[in-house]
Amino acid sequence: MRIRIHFSKTEAMRYTGHLDLHRAWERWIRRAGLPLAYSQGFRPHPHINLGSALPLGFTSQDEVVDIWLEVEIPQEQIDEVLQHAAPPGMQVNSVIAVDEHLPTLQSLLQAAEYEITLLEPLPELDARLEQLCRAESLPRQRRGKSYDLRPLVHALRRLPDDPSGQQRLLAVLSARENATGRPEEVVLALGGEPALARIHRTRLIFQ
Amino acid sequence: MLNPDDISRRLETILPTVEKPGRYTGGELNQVVKNWEAIQTHVALVFPDIYDLGMSNLGLAILYDLINGRADALAERFFSPWVDMEAALRQAGLPLYSLESKHALADFDIIGFSLPYETLYTNTLNILDMGGVPLFSAERHEQHPLVIAGGHAAYNPEPMHAFIDAFVIGEGEEVIHEIIAAHQAWESSGKLRSELLRSLAKIWGVYVPSLYTAHYEEGGVFESMEKLDPEAPLPVVKRIVPKLLPPTTNFIVPYIDTVHNRVPIEIMRGCTRGCRFCHAGMITRPVRERSVEEVVNAIETALSKTGFEEVGLLSLSSSDYTHILELVTAVGEGFTGRHLSISLPSLRIETFSVELMDALKDARRGGFTLAPEAATERMREIINKPVSTQQLLETARAIYSRGYTTIKLYFMIGHPSETIEDVQAIADLCKAVLAEGRKVIGKRAQVNAGVSTFVPKPHTPFQWTPCDTIEQIRDKQELLKHAVRGPGLKLSWNQPEDTLLEAWLSRGDRRLAEVIYQAWRHGARFDAWHELFRYDVWMDAFARIGLDPAFYTHRERPIDETFPWEHISTTVRKKFLMEDYLWSQRGKTRVDCRQRCFACGILPTFADLRRMNPGEVWQCPEVKNKRIPVEEIFALEHVRELG
Repeated sequence: MRIRIHFSKTEAMRYTGHLDLHRAWERWIRRAGLPLAYSQGFRPHPHINLGSALPLGFTSQDEVVDIWLEVEIPQEQIDEVLQHAAPPGMQVNSVIAVDEHLPTLQSLLQAAEYEITLLEPLPELDARLEQLCRAESLPRQRRGKSYDLRPLVHALRRLPDDPSGQQRLLAVLSARENATGRPEEVVLALGGEPALARIHRTRLIFQ
Repeated sequence: MLNPDDISRRLETILPTVEKPGRYTGGELNQVVKNWEAIQTHVALVFPDIYDLGMSNLGLAILYDLINGRADALAERFFSPWVDMEAALRQAGLPLYSLESKHALADFDIIGFSLPYETLYTNTLNILDMGGVPLFSAERHEQHPLVIAGGHAAYNPEPMHAFIDAFVIGEGEEVIHEIIAAHQAWESSGKLRSELLRSLAKIWGVYVPSLYTAHYEEGGVFESMEKLDPEAPLPVVKRIVPKLLPPTTNFIVPYIDTVHNRVPIEIMRGCTRGCRFCHAGMITRPVRERSVEEVVNAIETALSKTGFEEVGLLSLSSSDYTHILELVTAVGEGFTGRHLSISLPSLRIETFSVELMDALKDARRGGFTLAPEAATERMREIINKPVSTQQLLETARAIYSRGYTTIKLYFMIGHPSETIEDVQAIADLCKAVLAEGRKVIGKRAQVNAGVSTFVPKPHTPFQWTPCDTIEQIRDKQELLKHAVRGPGLKLSWNQPEDTLLEAWLSRGDRRLAEVIYQAWRHGARFDAWHELFRYDVWMDAFARIGLDPAFYTHRERPIDETFPWEHISTTVRKKFLMEDYLWSQRGKTRVDCRQRCFACGILPTFADLRRMNPGEVWQCPEVKNKRIPVEEIFALEHVRELG
């Protein structure tokens, strides 16, 4: 059976990369005693499909994974055993059984929403935001390749400062294959320093 | 000193800038964080290499579990930061901090270093320096942490004597509690630091170097070790646990990839084979085994706590475990269908080993490792690992015919009395094994030869022998590089410079402490990493101190020479080692000592412990009578006194 799990990846796992997150999921399911399905062959792979890679250093309150189990188990029971075996830094938000034949999560992903907290204030932030949003194009370079950031930014606005007075932004960025807007690029485009920004994914938006 | 909150806050901006920040965060599953203020004794457990390596160290996991099991103590982890993180921490003015609570190293009461091998020495200094702890033992005062170290390299503690307050010689499971107790007693007494050290020296297995002074002959050869304190033991007898404790099952589950992602379960400690080059085989005697039931239960418990997908059944020689077939059958049957991979290292070269792997039902048929160590029967007799070439080829055939396509063969060059023919034989043997594979599975057959260079180790029968010079090593490696090539053959080897560093330090004396210090001061660290090892810095350090590195490596030591590590007793007598060395020169071998006791010295020393632990728990013969021949006893009086 195919199970879709919405989960959070928090502070303790901020620096766990995509491949290691995959492995953390495998271990979580094993600890929970769920009969995870594996591929056939010389080196069987666990049948786990993560919706979207979360860059190193980001936290998230809404990641999605599909897992396949060898036998049918009630959803509530899956939820319960997973909660019980959760590692620090991950928690289950919801568990639902889905149709086996649905396309992969990656192919359905459209956009992602982020909250960005600036550890050091950017002067005249509102003006910078307005300028960025008004621009027709934002040519940037990443890993030696030129691209336009502007069409990847669906929405960008200011949120109320957090209780300690740190500036916060909300960004909705494209997350389609070969058209992924990266929040740290937005920070750079605003004249900020990515190492001085905390980025938290709040939502993945699917087709 | 910065507090944990300051450190955490500043890390916020540092971690995003370094490679693999997951090494420096802690917070993993099964980590133990206690209330710092409510705990009396804070122990820092340090593995002086990166997280990725240190997290796979079983000794550290055992001590972490034991200390955190106490209500009055806590243990937190430290590893070497990689060079980028070191630079970032130093630039930000941050001390090295614990992964659990982010306390600085200097905030701890006891700092325990794991020293499994010599190439971690400069990292040890670097960690003390980054942690804000004075490097030299003599510079530490009452307010500084107690710095202790243990592990296989500690059996020759002398090169590090100036930096470590007390060494644990031998097994740590019991002695760690006694050290904590001694520290607590000293703390409440309000006495001088020197009193703490003196009280530690009274514990069986603890060596406090500052209570001794070394004398040298005119030519620089070590002469004797003198006690400065009448109560200090001489020799210092290694610590053993009479019966292995139940295996640790509380393992931290790393959130990033490490060298071994597995549940490690030690099935047996010690080895009865007596390979003459083998340091571990000599220092970890006697052989003690765990029961099949205990091992199987531990695997089950550890898997349910960790979710690991791999299990390592650890020992120095799996095939020699008394109930090995029963064990692999139980594991194979008990854990099938769970997509587990189970490793069973150090199997003997015999077809039965293939049957053992079959019984494990490990679905992966990748490589099968055999370690003949030498390629000619003559040389295998010298090193006391006698196995016929015919038997090796039969084993290879059995391996290839059971679905394995690759055989890894481990050899060493540089054994005593090795000729160029013995080296050539390595290439010939690899080809002969490959030919067996070709007969069975054709061109898919593969042989990977790993050829390391032998480093003579203290407390072994080869402690007298010279190590090959850099030129000799190069010549032998060149021969192999030309001879072990072609389809289906792969060769790997160590850089000769790396080998020499290990050789200097392995049989070094107290004078090397200054060399280590100079090397560290001029930038040496991560000496175990070939890309960072700075041979030139070490050569300069030797020159600056006025010592000749060849004195420690290439000199044939006279049979009656006194060694700078003789005040450390493994209880295997020097007379036994000497006889074994002389036998090796005549190609005379010893059988497995389960078949016949050769009176190496273990049993007379630990007769009482053996008597209290009868039966299969130990593999030495049973001791029935109370009388022990006095001339056989090495340091027995001392052990009695402590016991």
